[in-house]
Amino acid sequence: MNVRLYVWQRATAAVMAPLVLVHIAVILYVSRQGLTAADILSRTHGSVLWASYYGLFVAAASIHASIGVRNVLAEWTALGERSAGFFAVLFGLALAVLGAHAIVVLVLT
Amino acid sequence: MTPAAFKHRGSVLWIAAFVHRVSGLLLAIFLPVHFFVLGLAVERGARLDAFLRWTDQPLVKFAEGGLVFLLTVHLLGGLRVLVIENFAWRDGQKQLATLAAAVSAVIAFIFLVRAF
Repeated sequence: MNVRLYVWQRATAAVMAPLVLVHIAVILYVSRQGLTAADILSRTHGSVLWASYYGLFVAAASIHASIGVRNVLAEWTALGERSAGFFAVLFGLALAVLGAHAIVVLVLT
Repeated sequence: MTPAAFKHRGSVLWIAAFVHRVSGLLLAIFLPVHFFVLGLAVERGARLDAFLRWTDQPLVKFAEGGLVFLLTVHLLGGLRVLVIENFAWRDGQKQLATLAAAVSAVIAFIFLVRAF
């Protein structure tokens, strides 16, 4: 892993640490039988705060996870650095698109 | 490689690094599915509701408990790495790594108690 990727990996980790803490707290709070889509939408719909929170979370997670996947592929498989990097970029873009779609559906529509 | 080359793999800190990597990999595999399912809330959430009813099955609840453990252990393991890399060295890293696993197990247990 080069220095640029190392710095992005650590910076996104630092950004996500408080976000994950909040996420775990929300998971525990809503964890019960019979959770409905209406319950989720009533919390998130039209909320600028949740849109900002999830937007930052998705962006950071997409970068962080794609760098991690790149490292695993490069170190644990026969793929070379170049192929691992190519796959990781595709993976990160797919995560970002899927995450952005989820935010639009949960918060903005 | 000789058996001696694998000896370090019994170390708590080697296991902690391994758990951090595997938990990150499993979370990365789960994330696209997670985002896709949340995107099903379109059309007033009917498709998401159908999926949420599916997740009420005990086996799925246990799997979700596993994901809560993975997320917590990856968070705590990552915080330990950030602290090691950015602050002065502190002794007791093996105890901290063990504590991270224990706290993660407790959080996952609390999730399961609430979910059931």
